[in-house]
Amino acid sequence: METLLAEAPVAKDHNAYAVQALYNEFGRESFVVQVCADDIPTLWIKAELLVGVMKFLKPRFCMLYDLFGIDERTRVHRSDQPSADFTVVYQLLSIKRNDDLRIKVALQESDLNLPSIIDVWPNANWYEREAWDMFGVVFKGHPTLFRILLPPTWEGHALRKDHPARATEMGPFEMGDERVEREQEALRFRPEDWGMETKDEDNEYMFLNLGPNHPSVHGVFRIALQLDGEVIKDSVPDIGYHHRGAEKMGERQTWHTYIPYTDRIDYLAGVMNNLAYVQAVELLAGIKVPDRAKVIRIMLAELFRISSHLVFYGTFVQDVGQMSPVFYMFADRERLFGIVEAITGGRMHPAWFRIGGVTADLPNGWEKLIRDFIDSMPARLDHYDKMAMQNKILKDRTVGVGVYTQSEALDWGITGPGLRATGSDWDLRKTRPYNSGYDQFDFEVPTAENGDCYDRAVVRIEEMRQSLRIIRQCIDNMPAGPYKSDHSLTTPPPKERTMQDIETLIHHFLNVTWGPVIPQGEASVMLEATKGINSYHLVSDGGTNSYRTRIRTPSFPHLQQIPLISNGLMIPDLIAIIASIDFVMADVDR
Amino acid sequence: MSDLMLVLLAVSILAGGITVAGVLVWWERRLLGFWQDRLGPNRIGPFGIGQLGADIIKLLFKDDWVPPFADRFVFVLAPTAIIASMMMGFAIVPFAPGVHIVDLNIGLLFFLGMSGLAVYSVLLGGLASNNKYALLGGLRSASQMVSYEVFMGLSLMGVVMITGSFSLVDIVEAQEEVWFCFSQILGLFVFVIAGIAESHRLPFDLPEAEHELTAGFHTEYGGMKFAMFMLGEYLGLALISCMIVTLFFGGWMGPSIFGDWVPPFVWFSVKVIFVINFFILLRAAIPRPRYDQLMDLGWKVMLPITLVNLAITGAILLWMREVV
Repeated sequence: METLLAEAPVAKDHNAYAVQALYNEFGRESFVVQVCADDIPTLWIKAELLVGVMKFLKPRFCMLYDLFGIDERTRVHRSDQPSADFTVVYQLLSIKRNDDLRIKVALQESDLNLPSIIDVWPNANWYEREAWDMFGVVFKGHPTLFRILLPPTWEGHALRKDHPARATEMGPFEMGDERVEREQEALRFRPEDWGMETKDEDNEYMFLNLGPNHPSVHGVFRIALQLDGEVIKDSVPDIGYHHRGAEKMGERQTWHTYIPYTDRIDYLAGVMNNLAYVQAVELLAGIKVPDRAKVIRIMLAELFRISSHLVFYGTFVQDVGQMSPVFYMFADRERLFGIVEAITGGRMHPAWFRIGGVTADLPNGWEKLIRDFIDSMPARLDHYDKMAMQNKILKDRTVGVGVYTQSEALDWGITGPGLRATGSDWDLRKTRPYNSGYDQFDFEVPTAENGDCYDRAVVRIEEMRQSLRIIRQCIDNMPAGPYKSDHSLTTPPPKERTMQDIETLIHHFLNVTWGPVIPQGEASVMLEATKGINSYHLVSDGGTNSYRTRIRTPSFPHLQQIPLISNGLMIPDLIAIIASIDFVMADVDR
Repeated sequence: MSDLMLVLLAVSILAGGITVAGVLVWWERRLLGFWQDRLGPNRIGPFGIGQLGADIIKLLFKDDWVPPFADRFVFVLAPTAIIASMMMGFAIVPFAPGVHIVDLNIGLLFFLGMSGLAVYSVLLGGLASNNKYALLGGLRSASQMVSYEVFMGLSLMGVVMITGSFSLVDIVEAQEEVWFCFSQILGLFVFVIAGIAESHRLPFDLPEAEHELTAGFHTEYGGMKFAMFMLGEYLGLALISCMIVTLFFGGWMGPSIFGDWVPPFVWFSVKVIFVINFFILLRAAIPRPRYDQLMDLGWKVMLPITLVNLAITGAILLWMREVV
């Protein structure tokens, strides 16, 4: 790294352990430190060191939390960083020390090669494919470096700055017979590409395309199965059918107008997506959110956690063949949406959180609405327990099926209820509550021991009860005060004085039309979303829109490990496993 | 009964059977809606009963499409097999004293044979579709039907032993004093479960198993050919219910405390409706076991129960003959 800065800042104390260990092992001069707004130590290393550093860090960090690329070629504010055309970012997480570390590798356009780290972190597989797909970074040693989110016939790498972002920037789209043929052929599953045998000495295997259109894959998810009778020998999950270029859109929309797009990432979790996004923006902008806004946000987020878990509960039970419970749960969810509608005006996609607060104050009568709901829910949950979870056939179908251990879960990047079903009590609401305000609430983190389909459901059901507790505390202790921060970057700014003086009017006008200008920097905030840990890594180049929006979603790694737990089982088990994972394809494909 | 009367009866049972099967579709949807806190079809006609006509019109006007990769002849033949065999099965059901098409002295065997033939429909449909899901559905149904057929037949042998006849009329008359549902409780239990498996309804709808095999053996079927599978399934449901009532609940006979002012046919109908509702309730309430668990249940639980039932019934009969 030629442009090593003389006075590189030293990483902060609370996470110095891993950084010091790295310095001792590889020498201080091997690293360039970048300061990020989120205080996560960020170290630049040379590509040659990558595998060595990762192997060294593996025992110290249990999880490869995220891996993604950044196209740096048009970025202006990066004088504190080594020169790079492209950057690959590795973010690691230690749940033992509650610690993060970001490793960055600079790449020049002339040589976009990096060694693959699949041997160190198995879940790097899909992330590396995605970085190749989006930026054209070649990971040497990756066995199946195919496109993952874009169609196999796609030309170019979509998240590069010179790739068009709108259909109007491209030629007209035509779907002639020849093209249909070509696209169809490209989708054909070829076992040999994945190193699969088509037969053994006794019999030929059947290859079955489960999805992308199938009643039980919860959206458009394809999994190609190698079958011996009904027994799954091997499987290859295939994603990307729901890809909408959400990250690319993040570079196009203003900071403010991107909020509705986040709603549609995990479309069952509504405002939870807003929360992860606006928290990262607020960190970049240095906005402190007032207490009332914090509690309102928590209350809405927990309502949506219940809503999302109800959908999980209903579809999980339905996928093992019990027909009725899903209707009861959707009726409950409908009542919830009534409350959400009364507060936000929207239902599934409220887009209600704002940079610096929430859109509006709570409406008159909100307490009664919510109190009625949370009073009635515990009895109904007990009823569902008797109806579904204590049913012997359901237990036979799900207990001991699809088991992973805690270390496997961490290796594969599993977070959220899926991780807590293996005995871990890692919940960001407990371990990192200070940003969002969860430290003010009294609740428990439900866990289970076996890591099978049944336990994954048990954890989620108990979480609903805990969410009810949190919501009750929100109602009882709702603080008074403003629902929006009194900060110049709060968007839209408070309107009261706009018609009184010209400065406020101009400020309001600019923030609404152009959008706020967020100070340059990088930040991401992890959030315990409904399905696991969700975060938006935002890179600001000091403009009215994001330079790079990286959305780390929990469902992506959760799908990646399906073959691990389903090979050797039967098709109905696979369906139970898929149902128990609780994913949303929009969350996987973005 | 004159020949003309017999023909009229046969025609009315045919027409009645199909109508009942059609109404059952609507009835099941309404009942499920009621139990599941929702409305069910309620738009067309009083209580939505017109849905039946609307569905028939829709299905009739659908493109009668046969997939180009399917075995055309067998593909078309398959759905007729289930309708034909189920309709034949109704020939032996005694609806009321003297109201039946034939009183075969091998009536019960005839019923078992016909319900056995219905397997071909599912099997051939699954194979002829040339579709992997349909194939898996067909395979499942073949093993499921063959297994459950075994003790479906055996579970009825207790009834036959007590009556000393395969004729359904004789069996109903033998229940004059006490219904077989008391003395043959184990037989009833096994027969009901085997009956659900035979008519492949939830919880034993593994050949279809929407959540696993999309639509199983009839994945490739549409329009009227699909409707015939559907109709066959509901005819099967009605037939099994009729058989349960005939064999275990005294057929057309009501409990003696009610006297004889209620016509026998009404008694029969009331009982059949009760059994059908029970089947619908099962569908609403119970999840689907896995295929191997279903097989385990069949061979490791149902078969021993049946054999124990047979042994006990036989022993008691022998003992009573000694006493007499």
